[in-house]
Parts: sequence; structure tokens; C-alpha cells
Amino acid sequence: MAYDKDRPQSDLRRRMLLGMAAMPFAGLALPRTALAQAPATSAVNTTGLAVTDTEVTVGILHSVTGTMAISETGSVQAEKLAIEQINAEGGVLGRKIKFIQEDGGSDWPTFAEKAKKLLVNDKCAAVMGCWTSASRKAVLPVFEQYNGMLYYPTFYEGLEQSKNVIYTGQEATQQILAGLDWVSKEKGAKTFYLLGSDYIWPRTSNKIARKHIENVLKTKVVGEEYFPLGHTQFNSVINKIKLTKPDVIYAIIVGGSNVAFYKQLKAAGIDLNKQTLVTISVTEDEIDGIGGENIAGAYACMKYFQSLDNPNNKQFVSAFKKMWGEKTVIGDVTQAAYLGPWLWKLTVEKAGSFDVDKIAEASAGVEFKQAPEGYVKIHPNHHLWSKTRVGRARPDGQYDVIYETAELMEPDPFPKGYQ
Amino acid sequence: MFGDYSLGELTSIFVMQGFAGLILFSVFLLMALGLAIIFGQMGVINMAHGEFMILGAYVTWMCSTFFHSYLPALVPIYFFIAMILAFLASGALGVAVEWLMIRRLYKRPLDTLLATWGLSLILQQFYRSVFGPREVGVELPQWMLGSLPVTDVIEIQINGLFVMALTTIITIAVAVMMYRSRWGMQVRAVVQNRVMAGAVGINTEKVDRYTFGIGCGIAGIAGSAFTMIGSTGPTAGQLYIVDTFLVVVFGGAASLAGTIASAFTISQAQSIMEFFLSGSIAKVLTLLAVVGILMLRPQGLFVLKVRR
Repeated sequence: MAYDKDRPQSDLRRRMLLGMAAMPFAGLALPRTALAQAPATSAVNTTGLAVTDTEVTVGILHSVTGTMAISETGSVQAEKLAIEQINAEGGVLGRKIKFIQEDGGSDWPTFAEKAKKLLVNDKCAAVMGCWTSASRKAVLPVFEQYNGMLYYPTFYEGLEQSKNVIYTGQEATQQILAGLDWVSKEKGAKTFYLLGSDYIWPRTSNKIARKHIENVLKTKVVGEEYFPLGHTQFNSVINKIKLTKPDVIYAIIVGGSNVAFYKQLKAAGIDLNKQTLVTISVTEDEIDGIGGENIAGAYACMKYFQSLDNPNNKQFVSAFKKMWGEKTVIGDVTQAAYLGPWLWKLTVEKAGSFDVDKIAEASAGVEFKQAPEGYVKIHPNHHLWSKTRVGRARPDGQYDVIYETAELMEPDPFPKGYQ
Repeated sequence: MFGDYSLGELTSIFVMQGFAGLILFSVFLLMALGLAIIFGQMGVINMAHGEFMILGAYVTWMCSTFFHSYLPALVPIYFFIAMILAFLASGALGVAVEWLMIRRLYKRPLDTLLATWGLSLILQQFYRSVFGPREVGVELPQWMLGSLPVTDVIEIQINGLFVMALTTIITIAVAVMMYRSRWGMQVRAVVQNRVMAGAVGINTEKVDRYTFGIGCGIAGIAGSAFTMIGSTGPTAGQLYIVDTFLVVVFGGAASLAGTIASAFTISQAQSIMEFFLSGSIAKVLTLLAVVGILMLRPQGLFVLKVRR
């Protein structure tokens, strides 16, 4: 960890040791002068968090082993990048961020255990982490009981709100509604076929999609189907799609199943340049495994794409590649994970305190103008205002952004009429 | 259930689903053949079978990358070379594993379960360290993609035909090897009576080693074939292991005909049900049916007649 080496503390210690030889008492005054602009710890931290005059500790809690490691690796990389950048700019309230990383191991009870360790033993001022809804649900009671702050990066199904969590990804209505409006207007779509993996996120998302398709767009759902996680045989549903000829295939399949699904779709002669397919679960990360040529032409509906054309994003992408290698790709969740440390920093500075209660209170209205996705703002319900964008997959694994909502969409985790 | 479709459509549905079922059948059979040899003939419960398959898939991926960057002219035929290499790589690993680990456990079949399960975890972590945690995509030659239209609804997928042809060839090869060759006779002799086989001059250790190696090699070919339809990642092997054991146990271990019959029954049942019900329900019903039948016939569909 490069920034550990030039930690001001060790530097100070060295200077203190040198100075003490000549002037025994001068050293005592040194920390204060060196950190003249930083407020005293006693003033910004009244609840016993791991904050010193020079350092503040945060936690990173993701799976780096087990089945979710594939997805969560990008989040860890983005969080480390953000922390390094914040430290290079002088840290938070004059204190450099030190992180403690724990591995949830793709196992939900482990997540809860490690969350407790980060909060109780390490006294982390904030934790960036989790990916699946299952892991979030497992740590939520821990964060509420021990009053911690979690920055959660994944787009998810909604139906949740907590004082102790900032949701930096989109909730279901933000991701789904604008995309469906777009496809119905732009493609004149009248019939939809809904597909998904068989667990809470795809099912809730499809429920919201169906309500919107039937009640708002006044069009039809001609089929809805779910598959066990890891399913690799999609011939049957592909046959059904051929028979029902839907205008739009709406696919929320996750993980490795995607590879099988898109390969078989292509092998069955369904050309995604003619058959409209909209997905909300395939980011640039997944395309790596699917193979760009198998998914080219499909539309994805989310808030961020690596190819987004704005100065913030250009800087972010080049910094990310500089730190983690030219070949890395950045997907929607990776960007949302990058927002976590920055939003926390901005909130701490707004609150003038590291205390969790004050941060929870001050979060509403915090703006991050340098966000790679453009601009974000925290809503009082602890979700972000964000734009929804539609991207079209290219054979090289990137998306062309072809549409974005004009306004930021208000987060609505408990949508009326959609449940 | 059938009411929404016209008669013509129903005919196409059954044709298409039958074909989808045949592809699934080939996939199941390809997965189960290697395991049936190892489990049926040697009594070793190989939990690492999925990881041997994934080794084949990774070999195919490396071949794909290599040919696309260095020998683009040979891309149309690289898949055949990849399959041979996959067989050799998984087979060699199988022989090594047999020599290092399995041969010490022949008298303790349940311990083979634990040991190979550990092996599967080690291999998964090995793949993760070497190839990274993300899934990799294998680029297929152009001729393998797409489908042949029969009517405007029915289309025959080329890679489906390819998997079927491959499965047929390998099944015939295995059958010939087991029932027509000298080596097969030795394998069957060792299975029936190890001591007597040794007494008449069969090198039982060598037979075991190569049986295990060939079983793993076939897993490698299966993995290679799966890159056409599925994903290649460190843990992808786990997705197949349950289905594979299901096929082998249902068919009755040690019986090639049983493995074929069981793969056919399970795949067709699942494929037809999947169309009229849903993916998850079809899987549950298939499992329930298998459990029910195994309660009536604990030895599986086909039982090898052995005097005990």
C-alpha cells in the first residue's frame, strides 16, 4: 500500500525523534502545528471511533473468495482507488484514510460476523461493502445495532431504507422505468417476454417491470420465466421466445448463466440486431465472460457505462486503469463502489464530524460533482438521485450510450402501485 | 396448458423440445461417461470431476486465444486440436492424482469422497490464481455458430449437432474400449474380482491408473465441448457435478446402457416439462421423480448382474 509509506504519522515520529534529541519539549507542540488546519479529534469524534489526529480507519467488506469474487473484485478495486485519491488530496478533515479489508467469502453469516468485527473491534468510521442483497440483509442488523455506516454499491430491488446505509447504486424503479419508457417509445414495443434468475432481485424487478408494462404503457407481457442460479440450458425458453415472438426480451439473468444464455441465443439464430433485448444485469464485467460477439446489439439499462463521455469519467477510467491495469473493465457497480468513499468524505466534511449519527443526518443533500456518472446527490431516503441510461453492446465488450434521461430520477425504494 | 397453441404449433414445439432434449441428453451423457467409468468401475466417488471438466474448458480457452492471435488461418479447425489437448491435460492430471492420492484410498470409498472434494477446492483456487476470478469467453470458429432452418419455426443449431456427433463418437469409443478391447476386459476383470485378476497376471495398479486417467480425460473433452454453451470460470465445475451424479446413480453405476438410458430419460423429461411449466419447477419435478424411482429401484435403472 503505497500511501502507508508516506503516512504523516511515521514521518512525524521521525521528526519528533530527531527534534527531541536537541529540544526535549519542542516535539510536543509539533503535531498541532503540522496539522494546523485539522480540527481536534475530541471535537470531531465523540463516539469512540478509530480516529486519531492523523488517521481515520474505514472498512472494506467484500467477497474475494467464493462464487461472488467474480463480481466483487471490481468494487474492491474502485474503493481502494477512491481512498488513495482522497488521501492524495489530504484526506478527510485533515486525516488520512486507513482501511481494513475483510473477506465475506460469499457466505452471508460470514459477512455479518466480519461486519461486527469491523465495527466493534476495529471501530471503523464507515464500511464500504457487500454486493448481493442476501449479504446486505445479513449485515443490516449488525450496522443498526452497533450504529455503523455502510456504503452499499449494487443496484438492487429496493424495499429497504436505513439510517445506517447509503445506497450508492440504483433501486429498482430508477433502473427499470426509464428504460421501459424508452424501449416502448423508440421501438414501438407492444409485447414483452420477462426472464430472470430465480431469487429476490430478478423477481422483484420483473414485478415492477410487469406493472409498468401493463398499467402505464398499456402493453402486454407474453411470458415470464425463472431459472435456478447457475442454469445453463436455455433451449426451451428460446423456443418459447421464437413461438411468442415478443417485441422485447427483458432479461435479468445473473452470473455465469448469462454466458450460456447469450451463446445459446446466438446459436439458435436469434439476431440481437433484429430482436430487441433489454437487460439490467449485464455490465461490461459480465461481457468479458459472455464474449462481445455473442451479445452485440443488446440494450442495457443502468446508470453508468465505461464509455460515458464526460471529463469526470475520462479521469476516473484512466486512473482506474493506471492502478489496476490496462485490461480491466469498469461496470456499473464498480463506479457505484467508487462513489462510497467520496460521498462519505463529503458528508463528514459537511457534518464537521465523524460521528455516525451526524453523518446519517447530514447525508441528505450531499452532492458529488466529480462523480464519473456525472453528478450525484443523496436523497433524504439515503438513495442517490441518478440518471438512467441505455447502452447498446458493441462486439468489443463496451456499450455505446444511446439515451439518457434528461433529469436525475428521484429514488423511490417503496414505489406505490408497483408492489 | 396445451390450449394456447394450435396443432401445427404443438407439433413444432414437440420437435423443437425434442431436439433441445437431445442436446441436453448429449451434454448429460458427455458429463456422465467419465464419471460412470470412474465411479462404476472403480468405486471412487470423484467430487473433483467438475474441476477436471473445467481444466478442459480452460485448455480450450487458451487454444482459442492462441490461435486467434498467432495462427488466425487455422481458427476454423482449432476446436479439434483443443479437444485433443483437453483430453491429454485432464487425463494426465487424472493419472497424477490417481498416483498421488486415489490409489491409497481404494479400500475406503467414502474417504475418496472427502479427498476428491478437497482436491476440487484446491483446483478451484488454483484456477482462480492462474486464470483470475472472472469468467472467460471462448471465441468459436464462425462455422460453429448459427443454425439450419427447417421450417420457419424449427431451426437446428449447428453446435447442438456438433455436441451430439461428438457424444456419439465418444460413447461408441468407450463401448468398444470396455467391451471389445483387451484393456476393457482387464478393467472388467479387476472390477469383478481384484485379487483373482491380479493372480492371473493383470497389473491391477496400472489398470486403475489408466481407467481413472481416461475417465478424467473424457471429462476434459466434455469441458471443452461446454465452452460452446456454458461459462468457464473457477467454480463453474460445481454447476455440473450434481446433474452428473444424478445421471450416473439413476442409471445404475457400472452400466454403460444404464448411463445412456438415464441421461435420455432425465433430459427429455426436463426439456418437455420446461416448456409447459417453468425452469425451476421442471428441475424440482425431475428430482422428485428420480428420488421416487430410486426408492423403488435403489440400484438404479440398470443393474449389473454380479455374483456376490
